[in-house]
Amino acid sequence: MKLLGLCLLWCSTTLFAQDYFPENDGVKATNKNFTAFTNATIYVTPVDVIKNGTLLIQNGKVVKSGISITIPPNSVVIDLKGKSIYPSFIDVYSKFGVEQPKKNASVGRAAQYGSSREGYYWNDHIMPENNANTKFKYDNKKAKELIHAGFGVVNSHIQDGIVRGTGILVALNNKDEDSERILDHKSAQYLSFTKSIAKKQAYPTSLMGSLALLRQMYSDAKWYSQGKATTKDHSLEALLENKTKVQIFEAKDKDNALRADKIGDANGIQYTILGGGNEYENIAEIKATNAKFILPINFPDAYDVSNPYEAKYVSLQDMRNWNQAPSNPKILAENDVLFSLTTHTLKSPSLFKKKLEKAIKHGLSKVDALNALTTAPAKILGKSSSIGSLKIGRQANFLITSGDIFDSNTTLYENWVQGHKNVINDIAINDIRGTYDLNVGGLTYELKIKGKPNKPSAELKQDTTKFKAKINYTNNWLSLSFAKGKEKKQYRMIGLTKANSNVITGKLVLPNGTENTFKAIQTEAFKDSKKENKNTKSPSLVPITFPNIGYGFNTKPQKENILFKNATVWTGEDTGILENMDVLITDGKITKIGKNLSAKGAKIVDATGKHLTAGIIDEHTHIAAVAINEAGHNSSAEVKMEDVVDSEDINIYYNLAGGVTSVQLLHGSANPIGGRSAILKLKWGETADKLIYNNSPKFIKFALGENVKQSNWQSFSRFPQTRMGVEQVFMNYFQRGKEYDAIKKSGQPYRYDEEMEVIGEILNGERFISCHSYVQSEINMLMKVAEKFNFTVNTFTHILEGYKVADKMKKHGVGASTFSDWWAYKYEVNDAIPYNAAIMQSQGITVAINSDDPEMSRRLNQEAGKTVKYGGMSELEAWKMVTINPAKLLHIDHRVGSIKEGKDADVVLWNNNPLSIYAKAERTIIEGITYFDLETDQQRRKAIQKERSLLIDLMLQEKAGGAKTQGPKQTKKEQHHCDSL
Amino acid sequence: MIAFNTNKMKKYTTIICALFLSFAFTSNAQQTPAPKQSEAISIEGATAHLGNGEVIENSLVMFEGGKLTFVGYANQKIARKGTIIDAKNKHLYPGFIAPSKALGLIEVNAVRATNDQDEIGEIIPHVRSLIAYNSESKLVESMRPNGVLIGQITPNGGRISGTSSIVQFDAWNWEDAAIKVDDGIHLNWPTTFRKGQWWIGEPKGFIPNKEYQKQVDKVLNFISNAEAYGKSSAKEINPAFTAFQGVLNGSQKLYVYANGEKEIIDAITRLKKEKIAELVLVGGYEAHKTASLLINNNVPVLVQFTHNLPSFEDDDYDLPYKLPKLLVDAGLLVGIQNGAASNFQTRNLPFYAGQAAGQGLDKEVALQLISGNTAKILGIDSMYGTIEIGKSATLFISSGDALDMRTNQLSHAFIDGRNISLETHQTKLWKRYMKKYNGK
Repeated sequence: MKLLGLCLLWCSTTLFAQDYFPENDGVKATNKNFTAFTNATIYVTPVDVIKNGTLLIQNGKVVKSGISITIPPNSVVIDLKGKSIYPSFIDVYSKFGVEQPKKNASVGRAAQYGSSREGYYWNDHIMPENNANTKFKYDNKKAKELIHAGFGVVNSHIQDGIVRGTGILVALNNKDEDSERILDHKSAQYLSFTKSIAKKQAYPTSLMGSLALLRQMYSDAKWYSQGKATTKDHSLEALLENKTKVQIFEAKDKDNALRADKIGDANGIQYTILGGGNEYENIAEIKATNAKFILPINFPDAYDVSNPYEAKYVSLQDMRNWNQAPSNPKILAENDVLFSLTTHTLKSPSLFKKKLEKAIKHGLSKVDALNALTTAPAKILGKSSSIGSLKIGRQANFLITSGDIFDSNTTLYENWVQGHKNVINDIAINDIRGTYDLNVGGLTYELKIKGKPNKPSAELKQDTTKFKAKINYTNNWLSLSFAKGKEKKQYRMIGLTKANSNVITGKLVLPNGTENTFKAIQTEAFKDSKKENKNTKSPSLVPITFPNIGYGFNTKPQKENILFKNATVWTGEDTGILENMDVLITDGKITKIGKNLSAKGAKIVDATGKHLTAGIIDEHTHIAAVAINEAGHNSSAEVKMEDVVDSEDINIYYNLAGGVTSVQLLHGSANPIGGRSAILKLKWGETADKLIYNNSPKFIKFALGENVKQSNWQSFSRFPQTRMGVEQVFMNYFQRGKEYDAIKKSGQPYRYDEEMEVIGEILNGERFISCHSYVQSEINMLMKVAEKFNFTVNTFTHILEGYKVADKMKKHGVGASTFSDWWAYKYEVNDAIPYNAAIMQSQGITVAINSDDPEMSRRLNQEAGKTVKYGGMSELEAWKMVTINPAKLLHIDHRVGSIKEGKDADVVLWNNNPLSIYAKAERTIIEGITYFDLETDQQRRKAIQKERSLLIDLMLQEKAGGAKTQGPKQTKKEQHHCDSL
Repeated sequence: MIAFNTNKMKKYTTIICALFLSFAFTSNAQQTPAPKQSEAISIEGATAHLGNGEVIENSLVMFEGGKLTFVGYANQKIARKGTIIDAKNKHLYPGFIAPSKALGLIEVNAVRATNDQDEIGEIIPHVRSLIAYNSESKLVESMRPNGVLIGQITPNGGRISGTSSIVQFDAWNWEDAAIKVDDGIHLNWPTTFRKGQWWIGEPKGFIPNKEYQKQVDKVLNFISNAEAYGKSSAKEINPAFTAFQGVLNGSQKLYVYANGEKEIIDAITRLKKEKIAELVLVGGYEAHKTASLLINNNVPVLVQFTHNLPSFEDDDYDLPYKLPKLLVDAGLLVGIQNGAASNFQTRNLPFYAGQAAGQGLDKEVALQLISGNTAKILGIDSMYGTIEIGKSATLFISSGDALDMRTNQLSHAFIDGRNISLETHQTKLWKRYMKKYNGK
């Protein structure tokens, strides 16, 4: 502390107060002296390294760095022989000194649907007008922590809301005031998908809602900038003003990174993305964003798997993440993705170094590591001309170390910020570590001084008797004391050590108070035992799979040409069920159906006694999604399920094992007008975008009844609360959609409204409705509403009382997708009957059987089989209910749903009649690629066991080595239904 | 679709209640229960699946006064009694038994007023399901066309949920329905892991339950207190201790619900140490890993139904499908229950067994999992569960394999020899609307 005080004193003389400020506590004086650091290894940049160089600074800036530099006469020269100089680190993602909003604790029972602000954007979570500068108070304590971790500059901001406003760039200068420290008052604009914790407005309740909100916001800003808005909006004005700033997006996850990047692309913005640490899993897509990244390095601790009963709760996916995540920075660097590292999510900056060492141990090169802490963050912020390197004119922010900064044995001596010295470890300290013969009162003791040079510890013994020695070593003053005998008589010594000397001498005070001298002569130099034992073996890594969970593929499966011989083929066409048939698949298509086919190069599959069908299509599913409902408004036509596809959901694999190849991922039933659907092929191992049908038909979810009325939970404030109100929501939206569409078509300027665009698509017959429905009154109502607006409802889904109005449905021309036998779970399903499908089918309606349930979805073949039992459907018609009929409802029947030449090769091989409870899917193929087969499944099971044991063993080793562990847990994904929020 | 928070509806309860009542009055009640068997019935020519693993092709089965009097081959020269039912090319099965179900205790999941399955309290063995059992439930009625004719009506929730009773599904009232009154007590064994409460900052998945040992001790403490209580004749009646005496003296069974390996080991070892004679494991997701412990202690398993997802991401995708087979192969006495599913699902009981057969289990063995074995486990095998002379004539005829939805098609069903209706609220609506469309 004393030393720090001294340093402060010295520095204060060089204080560069603004020249135009009056001085009243003395006479005005300036210090234009230089400081020269000589004989150091200087990392001007990570790749421009000067050995035995000189760094010359003045007025807090770098004047020059190089080998033969003329040192001006008015220079303070500091000899750094054997030491290294690095630019100080920069953290782009910080909340340093900026007051963060508190959670709104008001406990209102009713959700708040409206905005709480006046004169701002309609959604409270959009706050581009926020400026960290207004919430900033320099925090000396936190600054010190960061300085000790090697940081010189941080970009701090308010970490709250979807648009979070601008940050401030702050130098960690404990000596001066804000006018010096703050390098930029509006340094970057920050965004995220997460709502403000301080605001209660309900919308958006989901990830896809956040995405839609951002899209609409950008479009509104454009409209506003053209002067077309009739009202004042501070938020949009701020957004427009911030447009030129660096835009930093908090994604926290590889998939969210891609989602954010897409929004950026659509609006001509390249976000810099805060990652989540799992970017390595989809590195190709991450690289393709062209975004710069900010990476947290809070790598997971090993799980404590010592108890096997508890270990089973830890999934292989989570074990792998522990094993692989430290390689994330390395993999990004290898792929030339520019990134910086951040202390964000670490409990304390003091943990940063250890984690960084881990990343390096996992292969991150030291050049890349230094880049990520200096030049890269400077580049991200567009501040390379002032920070991030020690080139001429840059801020004098640098670290002085004993050697390689990334070596755990290196000492960080000083962190200079804006030309001000911060001492971390005393550089002038004499290293006195070693073994000494200590002469005290005529006796010779053996004294061992070890530990760190600045904070040594001592061991003292005489022959075999050990004494507890107290040691204190500051400013090269050594004080040493020990007690002896029964009476604990104190011997006290104090002496000033000399550089490069083997001898320490000084004053000795004996227990009786007499003063004398002591002398310690070094007999042996210090040896760092730690260094020798250091494990230099690079950690063993398990391979990444597609997707990176237990049942992922080691390598993505490839397209094959396959000839099925002698199968019972359920065509799903007029040809019916054909015995002893061959089916040829080439290039992802069904190319031939016939007897005695042969094909060169095709893989032959003997299907004797087996059944070949088209892949099952589920009209109504909620698997493979990270969100289901946007419940913040009674209409959410603006949201897209395509935005939230989760290609890593294990339910995809389960569905494939049940012969399902295509699904409609529907929005939930929280509101009368839901969101737009995603129609997917279950291509396990591919990324989300590749699951979505190309040229996908456009669909939207509507809903009626108890869920949209919010009947079954405590909510009484949102319109509608009755079926009467539900009709009015539709009437209002369609009328407004019609009016919007008319203006749009007239060629007049109009404010783009994504929600109205979608309603317009419905009215124009370009988008189809799949409507969640239960009782006959509401079913009839929606058909009448549609007829008033001259369009046809495409599908009623659930449609449990469809049998009561089948004639009306037929007349309207709507299809039906229903449960086989569900009922009695809600009041509105009292009259649901399992004969529903058969009755509707008998009236000429296209009927499908759907799941709306991840368990049932993997055995839809059995649910189709139930229509044979309930209502006496023929087996052929029953099978159509899960194949060609849902394909028709989804307008994909020209591509899938039956075995027909020219269609996609989405087929399933069963060991039995597929409608039977005894049937098992043996192989499931999509476009000629086998995504599931029993043999591969068996191999994966064995591989999972093997890999689990390997990783458990590695974690146990890590625990035995004293590493911190985390308790076992199961990070289970939610299973979604219609009313999942 | 079925996850509802039924606690959260106060304001609207009355309205819904009123709606529901008016609905109940205007709709049809259950089918009228069939009268006592007045004349003998002979079923001839069916493939009889006896429910004990045996099959008789071209069988002859006769019953009189509600009891089976003949079970054998049709080519045997014996006089056919009473009404003869020609069941050639058809199949005969014992009535299926659904254990551990709250059938008749809740009608509509989302309507709280219809919910009588979960009483307040942690340890409430004195709470009895039978008196709340709604014998006129439309759900119960809908079991019968699929061959499910008997159920163990079981309360839910808490640590000890209450006392179950076994009923048949064609009765005027709960007294008539009862087959075995107060047959067992149901104990939900504590779990070593529990769901994280994310709203207080815990992770969303499963985390260790730090209270596990405390909760186990509480159960054991209750049992030892109940035992001590039973040794004296207390003047002040303790309802919970009193209700538990049947379990302690072996006249009632204790159904212990546990799924994890550790929980099963703890439950069986500790409860056996308390000298609980009649113990049944319910759930048993990892029972195959503890098979020898269960065999050594003579504990049967009412395994979770097959139409489930794996509990762990790294588990075999078909583990729930094949679990019954794994347990049978290990030598355990096994039945299937679907206690965790919605009541309406219980009519799918035969298909749960069929699914297990799809995994390679012998079909007759699969049948035992919902008939003979279950009767044994529930302790009603002297009268129900198999087609054997002297037992109750509780059986049905299906035109095809009753374990497969493709072919499960009932023409007749008998409970205690009574020829019951196979109509339901649902078949009536079906016929009513087909009539509308067909103009007849």
